[in-house]
Amino acid sequence: MSTSTHRKEGLHIEAASNVKTATRDLKFFQAINEALDLCMASDPAVYLMGLGVPDPKGIFGTTLGLKDKYGPSRVLDMPTSENGMTGIAIGSALVGMRPVMVHQRIEFALLAIEQIVNQAAKWHYMFAGKASVPLVIRLVIGRGWGQGPQHSQSLQSWFAHIPGLKVIMPVTPYDAKGLLISAVEDNNPVIFLEHRWLHNTYGPVPEQIYRVPLGKARLARAGTDLTFVAISYMVLEALRAAEILARAGIQAEVIDIRSLRPLDTNLILNSVRKTGHLIAVDTGWKPVGMSAEIVALAAEEAFQSLKSNPRRVGLLDSPVPTTPGLAKYCYPRARDLVRLACDVLKIPDSDLGLSVEDTTVPLDVPEISFAGPF
Amino acid sequence: MQPSTGQLVELYRQMLRIRLVEERIAAVYPEQEMRCPVHLCIGQEAVAVGVCAALTTSDYVMGGHRAHGHYLAKGGDLKAMIAELYGKATGCCRGKGGSMHLIDLSVGFLGAVPIVGSTIALAVGTAFGTVMRNEIRVSVPFFGDGATEEGVFHESINFAALKKLPVVFVCENNLFSVYSHISVRQVANREVYEAAQGHGVESLQGDGNNVVDVYKLAQTAVDKAKAGGGPAFLEFKTYRWREHCGPAYDDHLSYRQQSELAEWKKNCPIKRLETDLARDQILTARQISKMNAEIEEEISEAFEFAKNSPFPEENEVSEYIYAP
Repeated sequence: MSTSTHRKEGLHIEAASNVKTATRDLKFFQAINEALDLCMASDPAVYLMGLGVPDPKGIFGTTLGLKDKYGPSRVLDMPTSENGMTGIAIGSALVGMRPVMVHQRIEFALLAIEQIVNQAAKWHYMFAGKASVPLVIRLVIGRGWGQGPQHSQSLQSWFAHIPGLKVIMPVTPYDAKGLLISAVEDNNPVIFLEHRWLHNTYGPVPEQIYRVPLGKARLARAGTDLTFVAISYMVLEALRAAEILARAGIQAEVIDIRSLRPLDTNLILNSVRKTGHLIAVDTGWKPVGMSAEIVALAAEEAFQSLKSNPRRVGLLDSPVPTTPGLAKYCYPRARDLVRLACDVLKIPDSDLGLSVEDTTVPLDVPEISFAGPF
Repeated sequence: MQPSTGQLVELYRQMLRIRLVEERIAAVYPEQEMRCPVHLCIGQEAVAVGVCAALTTSDYVMGGHRAHGHYLAKGGDLKAMIAELYGKATGCCRGKGGSMHLIDLSVGFLGAVPIVGSTIALAVGTAFGTVMRNEIRVSVPFFGDGATEEGVFHESINFAALKKLPVVFVCENNLFSVYSHISVRQVANREVYEAAQGHGVESLQGDGNNVVDVYKLAQTAVDKAKAGGGPAFLEFKTYRWREHCGPAYDDHLSYRQQSELAEWKKNCPIKRLETDLARDQILTARQISKMNAEIEEEISEAFEFAKNSPFPEENEVSEYIYAP
């Protein structure tokens, strides 16, 4: 697809600082599309498969144009058979192919947990390295516009629990492209989780092929007073919170962990050792989840550095209802992070303007240009 | 398509070898040194041997929890299999798999796993990959009647039919899923192969204790699949003699009639071929006895190799979690 036709109304996200080559702004979904395009161009073993991959909507634009370029045998639709088709993708990977599967919501992958957890994740190990499964499974986490109980779950901790899987959650368009290229080139099954509210964000993306290594976190904002360790879309809320806190002279550090497995423990621990205050921010539920893992890491490895109890922020411990009248109570936002930060640092939040609700953007869309349904 | 005299002898020898290997496993299992579950295929050898006789080394086979016969019939290394049962570093999975996870890539045995029906999808996937890579091979998943109740079976065979993939689905219908008879699992007036037929796949039923019949049906299906004629489904009726899991008989559990086992034992696939070969003067009792002795010696060597092999070193426990 043309990469010059991006729309500008999305939220702009700054790129990583090491970008030196020709870049232009791309939307997150365009960055995904470009990564797939470059991977298919460079390796004939790469193919894309998923319900709707070649359809006119092209998985939120991420696969648009690729069937015309690479043909229907490499960019293909599939029967509504998530488990069987995952096994078929794994089988093809065992004989030299590099499949990229996609499901438009993460919940559809639950039908394929058997193949993902028992087969893909274990194959290399249980056969003592004699075979491997180079497979990428792209899964979209829904939110807003009435996604409801079965289209809005953030189940990353399920996958991150499993040795043998790699679990990636990019936030910036730059990382979306670079991490997806790394994932496709990796010889292991990689779960690549895209938050639906990131697809229309935009930021600088180099034109050529480049790789962001799996297993490395990103310092999204440097600070000295408190550490937010955030995941996926919640990195943006943490950055907003850091902006507000800066008004009060508080410098919050924001770490985008990007890779849940393998987890870059060094960047997290170094930050916690520096600031002494930790708030782990997840898109998913708190109990037995990724935020618990982050707090446990700090408690086990940096306990002496902690000046306050580590805290967690996550989805309300409930299924997410469909009506916007109730769903708005499920999702923590920047203001919640600010209040918690003030509580942690034992400073008043009364001067930060948190009581004034911003009503320009409805709470069930990421920004005003988003129109339902999505 | 009638097998030659030489092929008949080889079919017999392969079945006998699998039988003797498993009888040895059963004999020494009580020593408690093979510390993993074993699912013996004694009584079912003809399906593995007849089907694999129609394949070449470059064809792909995958199996389930009861896979010793499939692995050996495809040419899998005996020593590596026995060492795997003993959990040794010389095993085909360096001890990480055990009896239910066998692999020998050198002969196209791509893997067996105990989740019922899972390798059906994987084998359809290897066929899909084969086609995308413009290779001519057939992929054969072996599975039981229980696997045809799994969603993954129906999902996979539908895709194989849709894409006309070179897959020969081989169902060993031994009437039981663990201890549950097929009558409590599937509707009475519909044969297993008819369920496959509903997916638009040519589906046939054969006598799973007649190795020549198995071979002929398999050869026809394999030839057709390799010629681009699409998948086939073969159902073979057969019977597991010993317990579902373990070395012994389990008829004291009364989940099946003693008379049923006795009938199937009379229908032993090895004895049946042996009778034919003796009648046609292809194999004498003396030749059979010599064959037995040679196989027993090979088995003894394999067990000795396995027992004398070391366990993997501690550092191996975390090896191969991720591919480089």
